[in-house]
Order: sequence, then C-alpha cells, then structure tokens
Amino acid sequence: MPLDLLLEAILGGVLLGCFYAAVSIGLSVAFGLLDVPHIAHPAFVILGAYGAYVLAQNGLDPLLAGALLTPLFFLGGLAVYRFYHAVFERRGTDAGLRGLAFFFGVAFIFEVALILIFGVDQRMVEAAYIGKSVAFGEVRVPLRMLVAVAVAVLLTVVLTLYLSKTFIGRAIKAVAQDETALALMGADPVRVKQWAFGIATATCALAGALMIIVGPVEPGLGRLYIGRTFCVTVLAGLGSMPGTLVAGVILGVAESVVLTSLGSSWAPAVAFGILLLVLGVRPAGLFGR
Amino acid sequence: MREWRAYSFASAAILCAAIVAAGVVRNEYFFFAAYVVLQFIVLATAWNILGGYAGYVNFGSGAFFAVGAYTSVALFKAFAAPLPVLLVAAALVTGALGFAVGVLTLRLRGIFFSIATVAIAVICETVVMNWSFVGGSRGMAVLPPLPVAFASYNRLLFVVMTALALAAVASARYIQTSRIGRGLQAIRDSELAAEAVGVPTLKLKLAAASVSGALMGVAGAPFALYMSFIEPTSAFSLNYAVSALAMPIIGGTASWVGPVIGALLLGTTQQIVTVTISSELNVLVIGVLLVTFVVVAPHGILGLIRSRFVARGAR
Amino acid sequence: MSDSVLQVHALSKRFGGFAALTSVSIAVSRGERLGIIGPNGSGKTTLINCICGALRSDAGAIRFEDTDITRLPPYRRTRLGLARSFQIPRPFPSMTVAGNVAVALEYAAHRELRRRLDIAAETLWMLARMGLGDKAETLASALTQVDLRKLELARALATRPRLLILDEVMAGLTASEVDEMLGMVLTVNESGVTVIMIEHIMRAIMRFSQRVLCLDAGQVIAEGSPQEVVEDANVQRVYLGG
Repeated sequence: MPLDLLLEAILGGVLLGCFYAAVSIGLSVAFGLLDVPHIAHPAFVILGAYGAYVLAQNGLDPLLAGALLTPLFFLGGLAVYRFYHAVFERRGTDAGLRGLAFFFGVAFIFEVALILIFGVDQRMVEAAYIGKSVAFGEVRVPLRMLVAVAVAVLLTVVLTLYLSKTFIGRAIKAVAQDETALALMGADPVRVKQWAFGIATATCALAGALMIIVGPVEPGLGRLYIGRTFCVTVLAGLGSMPGTLVAGVILGVAESVVLTSLGSSWAPAVAFGILLLVLGVRPAGLFGR
Repeated sequence: MREWRAYSFASAAILCAAIVAAGVVRNEYFFFAAYVVLQFIVLATAWNILGGYAGYVNFGSGAFFAVGAYTSVALFKAFAAPLPVLLVAAALVTGALGFAVGVLTLRLRGIFFSIATVAIAVICETVVMNWSFVGGSRGMAVLPPLPVAFASYNRLLFVVMTALALAAVASARYIQTSRIGRGLQAIRDSELAAEAVGVPTLKLKLAAASVSGALMGVAGAPFALYMSFIEPTSAFSLNYAVSALAMPIIGGTASWVGPVIGALLLGTTQQIVTVTISSELNVLVIGVLLVTFVVVAPHGILGLIRSRFVARGAR
Repeated sequence: MSDSVLQVHALSKRFGGFAALTSVSIAVSRGERLGIIGPNGSGKTTLINCICGALRSDAGAIRFEDTDITRLPPYRRTRLGLARSFQIPRPFPSMTVAGNVAVALEYAAHRELRRRLDIAAETLWMLARMGLGDKAETLASALTQVDLRKLELARALATRPRLLILDEVMAGLTASEVDEMLGMVLTVNESGVTVIMIEHIMRAIMRFSQRVLCLDAGQVIAEGSPQEVVEDANVQRVYLGG
C-alpha cells in the first residue's frame, strides 16, 4: 500500500478511534469498574443516537440534544442498576448467566422497538459542522470527526479527574477494588455502584449524539458495537479511563488500515479479532490493574 | 434402565408417527410449521447443553446454524453429496467451530465466551458474504434432489428433522444423567470448587461446546435444501440466536425437558404471531418473554411446575 | 517413597505491584499436622491457592510426593492426592449434600470406584462419619454454616487425599462446634492423612499442630513448635498484639 494512503488511513483511524473511545468509556465504568455484564451498553448508545435524532428533527443541534439527554440517561442508569442489583447480584449461582441473558434481552428489545418505531432505514442528522472539512496543510479532516475527538477527549479527562479527585469518584474506584473495605468505611457500596452506573449510562447520551453526528444510524448497529466497545474496554485494561482513549485509537487505526487494504467487508471482524487476541495473550489489557 | 426403554419406545413411536404423517397429511403448511418447530427443538436442546448445563451463554447460535447450512450447501454444490454426508459434515465443521471458540475463550470468564460468540457470528457472516461459491450476499438457489420415499423432498426433510430432534434430545438426556452432566452441573454451580474436587473443567467445557456446536450445525444442514434457496440474512437471522437462548430459559434450563417445552411453546406461538400479526412483533414478544422469565421465573416453566408440585406434596 | 509429602520452594506471587508472597519455602512430612497462622492479608490463602493450583505462581516450585506440580491444573493435583477446603464454603447449591460428595467421589476417586452402587454407598458412609447422614437429601443451599463447613470437609475427604489443606475451616463456629470439627480433623490425620491447617482460632492451632508457621506480608517470619512460635517476639508483634 502506498505510503500516503497508509498515513491517511492512520489519521482517519486516530479520529475514528477517539470516537470509539467515547462510545466505550461508559462500558469501562459499567463493566471495567463495576463488573456488570452490560452487553446492552451499545444498545443504550443507539438509543441515545435516536434520541438525539428525534430532538434534532425539532431543530435542536444534535450535540446539544445529547447533552440535554444526559441527565435523563443518568436517571435511567440509576434505575437499571437498582433493578439489576435487586434481581441478579443478590441471588446465587446462575445469576451470572441470567444477568447476561437479561442484558441481551434488553438490547434485543431496544433494537426491535427501534425497528418498529423508526424502521430499518438509516437515519442522519444535519448540523453546521457536518459535511464540512478542515485543511491541515495538505490533509483534509472532516469537521464532524474533530467534534468527535473533542468530545471524546473531554469525556476522558472529565471522568479521569472525577474518579481520582472527587470523593464519590474515589469511592467508585474503591468499590471496584474492595467492596467490603468500602462498606466498613461507612459508604454504601450499592449506592456508590448505582451512582457509577448512572454516570456510565449518562455517557451513552453524548456518545449516541456523537454516533449520529459521525455517521448514519440504524437499529442493528448496536450489535456491531458490542464487539468494538468490549474490545476497547478489555484492551484498555478494566477500569482505566485514559486507557480507553488509547485502546480506542488502537482499534480505530487497526480498523482503518484494514478497511483501506482489504475493503469494507472485513472491517467489522477487526474489533473481534483484537478482542480475542488480547484475551488470549494479555487479558489484563494495557493498563489493567 | 427401564426409563431408557420407555424413552426409546416413545421415540420410535414419534418417528413412526412422523413417517405416517409425511405420507398422509395434505396441508403443506403443516410441514413447514412442524419443520421450523423441530428445528428449534434441536437448536434449543443444543444451546442448553452448554448454556443450561454448564452455564456458558452462547449469543451466536445463528452462526453455528448458518455455518451448518452453508457447509452442506458447499458440499452439495461441489459433489452433489447425499444428505447423510451433508449432516455429518455440518456436524464436524460446527463442532470444530465450537471447539475453536472454546479453546480461545473457555479459560476466561463466561462473559468473554459470550462476546466471542457474538464475534464469531459477525465474522462468519462476513466470510460467507464474500464467498461467491455459495452465492455471497445475494444468495443462491439450491435444487434439492428427487425425493426417494415421499411426495416431496420437504416431507422427507420433515421426517429427517424429526429424527434429528429425537437424537438431539436423547444426547442431551444422556449427558444430563451421566457423570459428565454432573460434572457440568458442578462447573455451573461453582467452577473453582469443581476443579478442586477433581473435575477437569476445561475439558468438559470444551466437550460441551463442541457437542452443542455440532448439534446446531446439524439443525442448519438441511435448511438450504428445505428452502430451495440460501442467503446470508435469513441464514444468520438474529431470530435463531435469540430463540435458541430464549426457549431453554423459558422452558427451564436444568433439564432436557425445558428446551423441548420452550421450543414447542415458543415455536408454535411464533408461527401464529407471524402469520396473524407481524414478524417484527413476533420477535419483540420473544425478547419480552425472555426478559420476563429471566427476572421472574428463573427456573423456567419447568421450575414453575416443580414448585407447584412440591408445594402440593408438602401438604 | 520419600518422607516428604509437600515441598514448596521459593514460591512468589505478585498482583500487579503488590507482592503477596515473597520466596516462601515450606516442607511438610508425611502424617504431619502443620498449622499456619498470620494476620489478614499475610498471604495465607494466596499460598494455599498457589499450592492447589487455583493461582499460578510467578516463581518457585511445588513438589507433591516427588511429582513437580507447579504447572499442573488444580484438578490434576486433586487426583494426585491433594485436597483443600475453601475459606468461604463453596458448595454446589443446586445439588443435594449427597450429590456434592458424589461428584468428588466420581471425579477424584473415580478410578477406585467403578460401579455406581459403590458411589452411593460410599457417599452415605462418608456423610455419616461427618454427622451429615440425616441431611443427605437436603439441598446444599439450605445448610447451616457449621453443616456447610462439614460438607466442605466431607467433599475434600471424598477425593481420597494424602494431603488435606484446610483454609480457616473453623471460622464463625461456636466453641463446641470448633471442638467437634477439631475432633474430626484429628481423626482424619490419625488415618494417615497429612493435614495443613490455616486458622485464626489459636486454641485450635495449639491443640492441633505439631509444627506451626507464621506468615506476615508474604513471608515466613517464624517456624517451630506451637509454643515456640507463640512466644516468638516477631509473631507477638505482628499478630498476637504483644
């Protein structure tokens, strides 16, 4: 492959990777820190995308729509975790299997409901920054991808700081490491985890808005992102926010290079391939604890 | 031993009934509906061997089904291979697929096996879509051979699928009541403790994954011949993945009876809903039922029946 | 056959940046009763997990009766004659008490018992020895704490071990229950089984052990007779509050 094509692919991959990181960062919290088998995380992101779509149809800027939906998704996350904990985390043996089946069922219901409401056709939004591109010397970069990068970096920084500087944030990290110790210190582990899950779900609103900004959305997209989000989360090392950004970029570049060299049909397999590779060789990921 | 004899008689009787029906029944739709339900019995039973007995959830049953279908198509197109060869080949290929996925992920936590099955589904679909020999993304017509004993080839396949369903259920029953089944149950209950008391957990899990995969492939093998056509979207349909999981969970995962109950109930419900209302709504219903049962009745219909009897017996 | 049942040589295990075990060496002779004490977090359970194979050690070697078991999976070690109980009991909740023991008999002792009838009879006999005979058909999920611990012990014994490692098997029991359990373990030892007991209950350790090890921060800080270890200045400082 000619060098300039490769460089273009890599640059595109970095931008795409930041977007993947934004989509995955909620899972880094829900699965990486809280150990919830949240296979429905991408489904929530798609939900956020359609939410942004609906609001955008009424004239709202999609990014603003995502921001507005964030508190709603936060509350939804609180409720979902409460429910999940009451039904699955307390019970015994095959709660793991049932928890997984539960989230799969929820993701499935979301997908079918979206098909029933919106149909299977792709949906897009329009905004000032969609369709334009910016020139950096000889290279043209789509403006909407820069928006994605900005949001991704912002999310990563905010969450990293939140987890290390605030009291609740550190409680979340503590509950991930040693729940009993946290309980002994007087904090209620369940409330902490619930709060964290709320945050994780809240990111889905923004990530969803990003998703429909970056490209068209259709209900079945969620399944494709199961592989991508878990790939990024696992490659990052469970629970590492900065790691998520790095891992996202790695995935983005890998996918972009494969796309350019082998064609679009093989690109979806890249995420899964990397995931299986990481699990086989270094399950703790890059920055794993 | 008496149980096995009763069971064998029942199986033989069912098979005979199927053969008679294939000769006598006029309504073509009956065979279509029955074929679909029987197919689901095999899929659900296969899923349960790894999911219910060992506790490892396969989200990609559709891939195993489709790989079985496409293996048989490839062999049929290349060599005009007879049906038994197609069945065996499909079983070998998908059994190997189950084994391969297992080798990569069964040493890790259950969720990674599950994600790997999602991955395999996508990868297999991609491979097939790019394989022009079997029609690629546009699909391919498949001309079934002339029927030997029955009025149509589909009637023959109906009988074959009945036999496959009986064989699948017999395998599940055998595993469940054997030492292997108790080992799998121990793995499901507490894998660490199972390993500590001498259960070779990885070997058993790999065996279950291979058998499960092989049976799913066998369920898919006659698919193209039945439809006279094969194309990726319907072969890899998410409906198979969800149904294969929902039917055992709704019926009850602890025993071979559960998947059969689930497949019969859900399979026939699906046919009715698809025909009378819509196919999207049908799929939604399965999802809602799955979530409801997982939350409210974790041991499925079988569990509900058992607790009803236990409550009565206690009095 | 040598007199040494277990030889642990320079065993080390790290979790990320945390050194759970640093070059721990232990030798256990046939028929011995070894007690292991130490504060929480000193690495006792990590040591057991490495010996039994539930964890992979980073460095060092483990020999069980002249066989190098360092890289063997846990189930192979059990089949060679090494059994353990878990600190928090891990029964098979969906099986009956008898079923729990039967799995161990079927898989670890399998070679000696060919026919199913033997397993059923053997199970009942084992349960009776442990005082669980009348609970044979009870679901393991419905057992009391002390019965759960007895089941842990019964299941470990069902694997026909030559070395039995007990991880805080008496935690949470009343004084009389501790005595009952102690009596059972002593009987097991008298039948020829080497026993390693990790415990916090000093009364049990003193009565049971011929030799005691004290661990702290992943290292052995004292070794000797129970009396010697209890009077050791280091042990007093880190563990007994002296």
